[in-house]
Amino acid sequence: MFNKETLDAVRLLLLFQADDHLIIGHRNSEWTGLGPILEEDIAFSSIAQDKIGHALGLYSILNENLGEADPDTLAFMRNETDFTSSHLVELPIGEYDFSLVRHLFFDLAAHIRFEDLATSAFDPVAKLARKVKGEIKYHVFHANTFIKQLGHGSEESKARLQSAINQNFGLALGMFESFEGEQLLIDQGIYKGEAAIREAWLGEVQAVLLEAGLKMPDASKVEPVLGGRKGFHTEYLQPLLDEMTEVFRVDPAAEW
Amino acid sequence: MYGGGYIHDDQKKKTDITAEDPALLAEFEARIARGEKIEPRDWMPAEYRRQLIRMIEQHAHSEIIGALPEGTWITRAPGFRRKLALMAKVQDEVGHAQLLYSAAETLGKSREDMINDLINGKSKYSNVFNYPSKTWADVAVIGFLIDAAAIVNQVANSKGSYGPYCRALERICYEESFHLKQGHSIFVYLATGTPTQRAMVQDALNRWWQPIMHFFGPSDKMSQHTETLMRWKVKMASNDDMRQQFLNMYVPKIREVGIVIPDPNLRKNPETNMWEFTEPDWNEFYEVIKGNGPCNAERLAVRRAAEDNGAWVRAALRKADQHYVTPLA
Ligand SMILES: [Fe+2]
Ligand SMILES: [Fe+2]
Repeated sequence: MFNKETLDAVRLLLLFQADDHLIIGHRNSEWTGLGPILEEDIAFSSIAQDKIGHALGLYSILNENLGEADPDTLAFMRNETDFTSSHLVELPIGEYDFSLVRHLFFDLAAHIRFEDLATSAFDPVAKLARKVKGEIKYHVFHANTFIKQLGHGSEESKARLQSAINQNFGLALGMFESFEGEQLLIDQGIYKGEAAIREAWLGEVQAVLLEAGLKMPDASKVEPVLGGRKGFHTEYLQPLLDEMTEVFRVDPAAEW
Repeated sequence: MYGGGYIHDDQKKKTDITAEDPALLAEFEARIARGEKIEPRDWMPAEYRRQLIRMIEQHAHSEIIGALPEGTWITRAPGFRRKLALMAKVQDEVGHAQLLYSAAETLGKSREDMINDLINGKSKYSNVFNYPSKTWADVAVIGFLIDAAAIVNQVANSKGSYGPYCRALERICYEESFHLKQGHSIFVYLATGTPTQRAMVQDALNRWWQPIMHFFGPSDKMSQHTETLMRWKVKMASNDDMRQQFLNMYVPKIREVGIVIPDPNLRKNPETNMWEFTEPDWNEFYEVIKGNGPCNAERLAVRRAAEDNGAWVRAALRKADQHYVTPLA
């Protein structure tokens, strides 16, 4: 059994990931009906469903194994400051270039995390990670394919992607904000920690961008946008939550 | 969803069947009478091709435009279960558009041309999507009753004569049954829920009943001649038959949960075994077709903006390489 400090750190790890997946799933679902081509409309919707599903899986572990409230309460009834999403996932969908670059940044990180968690010493997480990492592999494949095609597409598509990459690199680095108790997770084989995930991520992003003919920003010169894990958010999160909970709040006691 | 039973046809565009080669036409009609499917490379009268393109194209447009009124509720769906089900449902609808555009393309019109005709207002789509979805209960009414109406129509059409359309419809109908289930489930939860929820769903049905009655189009007595289309198995069931079938199946299901249908004259005549109802306002129906419905402008504007915003992506993908990889959604 793990001690209380360790479980508290697990709780943070799961909450960060659940919140990130819920919010990016919400954002990606906003492409439904509005994609640049029907195939992309469908792909973004499919990926969004998986993300929401993964968020549900993570909230369920928090609920069943760590004594937190049920998933609907966690997702639909918490205040903005209780959310721990990174700023990257909170931003509006913007144009397809931004959404695609965010999709690449996010999914490469998610893939590395879940690959690692699949061998976690914390069983419920390991089980979930083994179940979902195949889906994330497909998400990564989808992002890579489109980044490469548009990277080698027109002058415009290339320029758009490069500027989305440059502008949002600091936001992406914000996904790897360190947290209290992380070392306990590393020591006990539960998780390899944000710094290690970030290192692996930098390598994978670089490889994809190289193949796509795009330039990798110099990570040492970019300031990570932090604060999300501690409850400090962009101006976009509160309106998103208002929208997400609009129906639920009509009658919180009701069954929907 | 969403193939409306009613397919708008501009009579001025009709082509003359008497100009066709009589022997080929006779053989074509004999094949259809024997229950054979017509395939893309087979000979077909110009009017058959035109009618099918028009019908399949309008059906495809209805699927993508139909994704909009429900799509706006995905981000607001109450709880994980509803959210996931609605996302999957609307994704299916966009997938239906994809299937149907491909089926129509086999007749010689490109997807791009069809979408251009849609956003230029030249090509129509089902009227029901020109009404607003104001509350969560609208998601219930659309998913349950509009999908149900569409199923009646699509099941009939899946027995038609054009092979690619029939095969697309078979797959579509299979998915539609899940849509109806999710719509029905929300409907029942609201109808048997708190007073607020009941009021929401009653209000939604009150607003949607007329568009639903419009869905299959005007009475056969008022409609243009459809004998040729029926003989060619392009149109498979009459508007009245489909409406009767819909009422038979779904009026009891609405009443079963205590929701009142806003038509005091709606009843089944025990002698004729037919439903009697107040005629919906057909002027409004034609006005909406002309583009004057409550949401026509908004729906097309959204679609147009999506096309405009995506133009650089499509252009770049065409250039990217010759071996474009279709995503495996
Ligand atoms: Fe459909
Ligand atoms: Fe449907």
